[in-house]
Amino acid sequence: MLEIHDLHATVDGNEILRGIDLMVNKGEIHAIMGPNGSGKSTLAKILAGHPAYEVTRGEVLFEGRNLLELAPDERAREGVFLAFQYPVEVPGVSNAQFLRLAYNEKMKHFGDEELDPLEFKDLLSERAKIVEMDSSFMTRSVNEGFSGGEKKRNEILQMAVLQPKLAVLDETDSGLDIDALRIVAAGVNKLRTPDNAIILVTHYQRLLNYIIPDFVHVLFRGRIVRSGGKELALELEAKGYDWIKDESEAAPVGAAGA
Amino acid sequence: MAPPERKEFMTAQAIKERSLYRAQFEALRADTGARFPSWVGRLRAGAIERFEELGFPTTDLEDWKYTNVAPIAKTTFVAASSDEARTATADDIAPFIYPEAARSRLVFINGMYRDDLSSVDDLPEGVVAANLGDAFSGVHAETLREHLARLASDEPDAFTALNTAFFDNGAFIYVPKGVRAEVPLHLLFLSDATTEQTISFPRVLVVAERESETTVIESYAAVGDGTHLTNAVVEVCVGEGARVTHYKVQTESERAFHIASTWADLGRDGVYDGTTITLGAQLSRHGISVRLDHPGAECWVDGLYLVGTGQHADTHSLIDHRQPHCISHQNYKGILDGKSRAVFNGRIFVHKDAQKTDARQSNKNLLLSNEARIDTKPQLEIFADDVKCAHGATVGQLEEEELFYLISRGLHNELARNLLTYGFAEELVEKIKIESIKTQLDEAILNRLHARLEV
Repeated sequence: MLEIHDLHATVDGNEILRGIDLMVNKGEIHAIMGPNGSGKSTLAKILAGHPAYEVTRGEVLFEGRNLLELAPDERAREGVFLAFQYPVEVPGVSNAQFLRLAYNEKMKHFGDEELDPLEFKDLLSERAKIVEMDSSFMTRSVNEGFSGGEKKRNEILQMAVLQPKLAVLDETDSGLDIDALRIVAAGVNKLRTPDNAIILVTHYQRLLNYIIPDFVHVLFRGRIVRSGGKELALELEAKGYDWIKDESEAAPVGAAGA
Repeated sequence: MAPPERKEFMTAQAIKERSLYRAQFEALRADTGARFPSWVGRLRAGAIERFEELGFPTTDLEDWKYTNVAPIAKTTFVAASSDEARTATADDIAPFIYPEAARSRLVFINGMYRDDLSSVDDLPEGVVAANLGDAFSGVHAETLREHLARLASDEPDAFTALNTAFFDNGAFIYVPKGVRAEVPLHLLFLSDATTEQTISFPRVLVVAERESETTVIESYAAVGDGTHLTNAVVEVCVGEGARVTHYKVQTESERAFHIASTWADLGRDGVYDGTTITLGAQLSRHGISVRLDHPGAECWVDGLYLVGTGQHADTHSLIDHRQPHCISHQNYKGILDGKSRAVFNGRIFVHKDAQKTDARQSNKNLLLSNEARIDTKPQLEIFADDVKCAHGATVGQLEEEELFYLISRGLHNELARNLLTYGFAEELVEKIKIESIKTQLDEAILNRLHARLEV
């Protein structure tokens, strides 16, 4: 589903990604871990098409197509979804209004029937159950006045409505208390199917107790320096990131990778 | 320096402008003077003199620095005759009426009252909503004498003077002590601009006695696309503990000139909640002056202006804190598209005795094009020492992060932009408590954005 080859990227002229290689098949959950500043969020934003990041080398294929050639809204309609680390507040626009527009844009894209506000309301209340959000959130402005946990749940609600093929969850666990974490994780698990794929970007192993990844990758200084199964996350939890840092600094450039 | 020939010409032009209105004034006096009591005659005579002294304002005046009314001064406007005002039909006004006020509505065409299009069946006992021109001889003659031009008289403002000299019809609203008017009172001022260069002088006096409660909608619209001038003056007297909610909705044609002033004063613990929506006219100016004249009074003075190419919208406000323990809230938002221009001048005056004043002002502007221009200026004059005053003005474009967020959910760029712009305006639209006004504004805003958002 997703193939990343030798991806290099800069923001404001600074090179953040220095040759990422990653292969994600449908039905898989990949966790990308790493210390702060390693490039995890940059990778997530590049997949979504954030304009502040410039790809300087490499390629990204999504279902065989060049993802980097697609505008961010096209990527979304084609099925790429980014759950933001810091969801944005949009004053004056209700959650329901926004979600229906997004849903209908996708329907239109595939030539399917759009839903009117009443039909959409039914769909929305059903999907909202996945993240245990009550209907009062639907009439409120997008993320405005939401707590940190509510914002993250709202991201997963958007995922539930749009049902992407590839979901990239950027530190969706950070700032959540254990109850909120359980709700978010349960929501993601319910949305998992054999046909979609999920990339979890996280700093902590904690989330992976609730969403079990098939693969864990460690990102450090813009490269994937180690890949493994879910036990790698436990190893990281036990040893910390310093071990990775020491090891990767000792290794010759380009030797580490997926 | 202008060459002397030009100066001479301007002088000649100015004399011509003034004599034009003087001639109309004399004709009006001969024609309708007998219908009004003598004190109104004296008021008018004083007003036309003041207008002649002042002349139309020029951009040399600080208050008119950014708004040039020369196109008004140079045009020969003529007051519409009563006959012309009779041509508009129920079909013409249908798009502009609000169902909530179906039986509490006064309709004016080119400033002239139309009894047949109005309906005031639904008013509580004692509440008056009538043509001002008919009220001078009624039971409220003394109320009129006490309040008319009381607030709007003492300012050196040529347009207010012109209205006082020429007003004929208009609205008189009276809410007796302790009465709560459940239904909103709607004043529709429709300009029939199928004939060119008409001028109308809407005049409104609202007297809300102590502990009364009322909502007034003042709306201005146009049919036809001729040039016309609306010169309106509205006075609102809020009694002790009374509450007046006031909406002004201006959707005149893109060839209209709209010069209006609103004057309110508040009794002890009185509340004035005003919202002004400006969507129409090529040139509009709204002066709003709220006088907090007794302790405990509180006002909201909010507004939204949404202008596009060829439009100029000017708001000048004065919140006059004269007594202690008064609160004022002010929230104006502007959306400027294309080659448009707007002015916001927010003056807050806190008198020496007005301790414990709490005054807040915000003016946020969204510029959708590089050719749009806004001049925004807070003007705080504070003479008391124990006060809270907060003000802020912003001018900006759509937030890139907000835009990306929406786009990353599959919304096309233009749709995302429109949605954010709509959201920017919603804070003020949501405040409005009358559903049909909200719907009208949503539609107008979306139309203006050429957006196909269904909301």
